[in-house]
Amino acid sequence: MSADLAITNGTIVDADGIRRADLRIENGVVVEVGEKLDGDTVIDADGLVVSPGFVDLHTHLREPGDEEAETIQTGSRGAALGGFTACVVMPNTNPAIDSLAVVQQVLDAASDALCEIVPAAAMTIARAGEQLAPMAELVRAGVRIFTDDGTGLQNARLMRTALEYAGGLNHLTDGFDVVLAQHCEVESLAAGGVMHEGEWSSVLGMPGQPAEAEELMVMRDIALARLTGGRVHFQHVSTRGSVSMIRAAKEAGLAITAEATTHHFTLDHSACQTYDPAFKVHPPLRTEDDIAAVKVGLLDGTIDAIATDHAPHTRQAKERPFLSAPPGMLGLETAFAVANTELGADIEQLVRLLSVNPAYIAGIDDRHGGRIEAGRPANLTVLDLDEEWTVTGAAMASRSTNTPYEGRTVRGRVRHTFWNGDHVVDMGEATR
Amino acid sequence: MTATSLRQRGPKHLLSMADLDRDDIEQILNLTESFAEVSERSIPRVPALRGKTIAWLFYEDSTRTRLSFETAAKRLLADTMNFSVGSSSVNKGESLRDTVETIAAMGIDGIVVRHGAAGTPRQVSEWTDASVVNAGDGWHQHPTQSLLDLYTARQHLEDLEGKHIAIVGDIKHSRVARSNALGFSAMGARVTLVAPPTLLPSTLDAWPVEVTHDLDAILEELDICYLLRMQLERQGQAVVPSLREYHTEYGLTSARADRLPNDALIMHPGPMNRGVEIAGEVADRPAAVITEQVANGVSVRMAVLFLLLGSGLDVVDEQRAIA
Repeated sequence: MSADLAITNGTIVDADGIRRADLRIENGVVVEVGEKLDGDTVIDADGLVVSPGFVDLHTHLREPGDEEAETIQTGSRGAALGGFTACVVMPNTNPAIDSLAVVQQVLDAASDALCEIVPAAAMTIARAGEQLAPMAELVRAGVRIFTDDGTGLQNARLMRTALEYAGGLNHLTDGFDVVLAQHCEVESLAAGGVMHEGEWSSVLGMPGQPAEAEELMVMRDIALARLTGGRVHFQHVSTRGSVSMIRAAKEAGLAITAEATTHHFTLDHSACQTYDPAFKVHPPLRTEDDIAAVKVGLLDGTIDAIATDHAPHTRQAKERPFLSAPPGMLGLETAFAVANTELGADIEQLVRLLSVNPAYIAGIDDRHGGRIEAGRPANLTVLDLDEEWTVTGAAMASRSTNTPYEGRTVRGRVRHTFWNGDHVVDMGEATR
Repeated sequence: MTATSLRQRGPKHLLSMADLDRDDIEQILNLTESFAEVSERSIPRVPALRGKTIAWLFYEDSTRTRLSFETAAKRLLADTMNFSVGSSSVNKGESLRDTVETIAAMGIDGIVVRHGAAGTPRQVSEWTDASVVNAGDGWHQHPTQSLLDLYTARQHLEDLEGKHIAIVGDIKHSRVARSNALGFSAMGARVTLVAPPTLLPSTLDAWPVEVTHDLDAILEELDICYLLRMQLERQGQAVVPSLREYHTEYGLTSARADRLPNDALIMHPGPMNRGVEIAGEVADRPAAVITEQVANGVSVRMAVLFLLLGSGLDVVDEQRAIA
């Protein structure tokens, strides 16, 4: 009989709610949940929360193409330290994930990862917005989410086509509806904008993107979801108008889901006044009013998931002028603590937003999210909700340091992470 | 507030007019007067910055501003170092930070930066111990232009308190407009921006200004009509239907200039598009102080370089020393 491990005295929070229970893990699987359990190794989780591992719907790990900024191995270590046991990795790599070969390359590179790497594939070849990627072939290889993230698919006719075509792939997925995830940004209106268009862009003398550049595409794709019956996921929702439209579309019964990033509910456009490109991100940091609307959307269920949009960039890339620096911020290692500190959600809501709902959206709820019960793979994280710590980019596992929370004190720390029973984070340290 | 307040506060950089309050500006303008007197001498030199080294870091074409800064530095006997972007390692892909650290390693006291991207001088200031002067950053700020404009206006109008200045033209893309809106309002003047909506930022909530689209409605009450250069390529971006229409609606035509009060000033940061934002004939009227602005630019930049880079002496002492 192989060695087993027990987590005792903890508070389990999962899709079923909150309860006090011990659990025992053996051969990578939760084998028992109950009272007074024992094992060869015992982790005393007194005062701690035991949650299904987090699932990030929106991660950029830069491999292949920009391994100086991040690799799947370094990024997944950061993910594990952040409590994540699965990351949906975005296809804006170089080359883009738009073929079976690149999906296989990513999965091969994930062989030494510290969490499950779930490749999303591009909707269109090379993310160029012109020709559909071989969606059926990619779905057969396991892909469930398609996105041209980094840009939105501008052509409405092609978006309609993609939604219609995706609707014919259910026989390859045991009935799961393939997700088209959209980065909403109408380029002709956002063109050249490097921050939110408002009083700060006006004073700072930088071209802005109006909220409407996002909202017009949200509006269009809600209409196309209605037209086609297709399943649309809105990525990194950042404006009050987007939240309102998504709420109304869900009330109308459309198959729509949405995510918001931690930075879009914690940082506003005034952060750009130092011209520090750490605060450059797409969609841009918006207004306090937008932040309030995104928070309400997360708390009332309009927005289903917290995503990181973890986007590493090298020091030299982020030391360019704000105008020409690449957009993006780190997020994996801070998401839970920032949400725990700033969102005003209880732990049950946080577990739904960080684990249960995103696992369902990504079609990986057979092994992530859901319930902690006997027979399920041991994808778990153990959380201290009260520990305070100070964010430092240099201390992160990521190869890059572009966190927007440098120096900020946050509350909530990941103590342990188990991925298929593998103890990848032990007492807050990655084990490999 | 004493004449030494700015110096005592120890400002290291000049990045934006937002960094200066009215007392600061008056101190710089007063010092400018002393240096203007130096410039009129037969040998216009004072050794106020002897032994100091200033580097020019110009990432954007500039003839006028650069010549003005170079002349100012020479009159103060500073050593200067020219970092010519066109023929430098920048074209070989060197990062801005590496460039700045390379120059700084040679031992410099000041860097004068012009860059097409807003905020670049501020970034540079974080990568070097030298003083940084913003010589124009994108659409953001051009503080020495504003100071020379304030100096020129003050020479003619004395006190700017309550005076009414219209800034006319492409506000949205103009660092001169952003600097002067702050500079003139800091001095107590009333600032009105005049432009079509397509040449204004989408919001002006944080600006200390009024706005109109009707230049004709305010001409008679102006003390200064400040015209901005119309970027000719804006026409192609369809923000104005045509330069002809722009000239008709927003240009300072002869007829409009006739309606200005007799003692009103006509100003322009240069270079002018005669026949677009200003009628050719109007630019040559006595009320147009455009070449005075250029002349004053040298003295203002002497004052700024001296304030930031001068030796530990009190400003008043040094003024006495150079007198």
